[in-house]
Amino acid sequence: MSEHAEHSLEHANHPGYGTFIKVWVALLILTGALVGVSHLGQTYAVWGLLTLTPLKAGLVFYFFMHLKYEGPLLKIVVLVTLGTLLIFFALLFSDVAFH
Amino acid sequence: MSEHVHRDDFGARLGMWLFLVTEIVLFGGLFIGYSYMRYKYPAEFHHGGAELNATLGVINTLVLLTSSLTVVLAIVAIQRAEKKRAMAFLGTTLALGLTFLVIKSFEWAAKFHHGLYPNAPHLGTLPPGEQVFFGLYFTMTGLHGLHVIVGLSLLSVMLWWVATDRIRADRYIHLENSGLYWHLVDVIWIFLLPLFYLAA
Repeated sequence: MSEHAEHSLEHANHPGYGTFIKVWVALLILTGALVGVSHLGQTYAVWGLLTLTPLKAGLVFYFFMHLKYEGPLLKIVVLVTLGTLLIFFALLFSDVAFH
Repeated sequence: MSEHVHRDDFGARLGMWLFLVTEIVLFGGLFIGYSYMRYKYPAEFHHGGAELNATLGVINTLVLLTSSLTVVLAIVAIQRAEKKRAMAFLGTTLALGLTFLVIKSFEWAAKFHHGLYPNAPHLGTLPPGEQVFFGLYFTMTGLHGLHVIVGLSLLSVMLWWVATDRIRADRYIHLENSGLYWHLVDVIWIFLLPLFYLAA
């Protein structure tokens, strides 16, 4: 009984082939969409860049890099890093805006 | 193998992630530099992007995305003790990584042929904004290319270790960490595609 529970827990921790293939298909579709919007004009291209690209990166981080299956510590490490970069980005452009 | 061996797989992954965040900051700095320069020279970046071969950029994206998939599938296979399958997935990853480098070298060779390489006489005659564009292009895709070479070297060792049973269903942290590195290389390329190839 407990062995069975342990086994199913183990199984829940390790996703199968199907999950990752679905994520890959989603990544291909998003890449197609990104290329598509880049042909619609500058505004669409920039919006595509700002929304679809982070979404693709997020899928790789969350599924392929197993962050979904990790505890809070690794998630926090990544979020703090991305937050720090965003702060630097915001600082730079707030400086640029007042020049 | 019943003697006690100290192992801390979570610690190993934490160490790898701490290294990866330094990589994110390294490339992040370049991305921030890129956005400031693009803000400063929008027309020149548009023109520079038009010089790049978007088709090759998109093909290389598909190649790297697929190679990321095969790495993660190799880990699933190892967890299930499917050694042959794991080796096939890793072999596919290596082949795709090499394909990426071959396409990249053709692309760089074409740029060099058109007088577009760092410190080229022709490049010096272009407007400053375009010089900055190609400076960033060679720096960022070059640094990324170095990471691809490092990743392929790591994954070759992993393939050898799977073949020699040093990586098994009960012990695959090295494969996991090498996979993490490879995925990060993929993520960086995900950003390089729209910033350079789709900029026009």
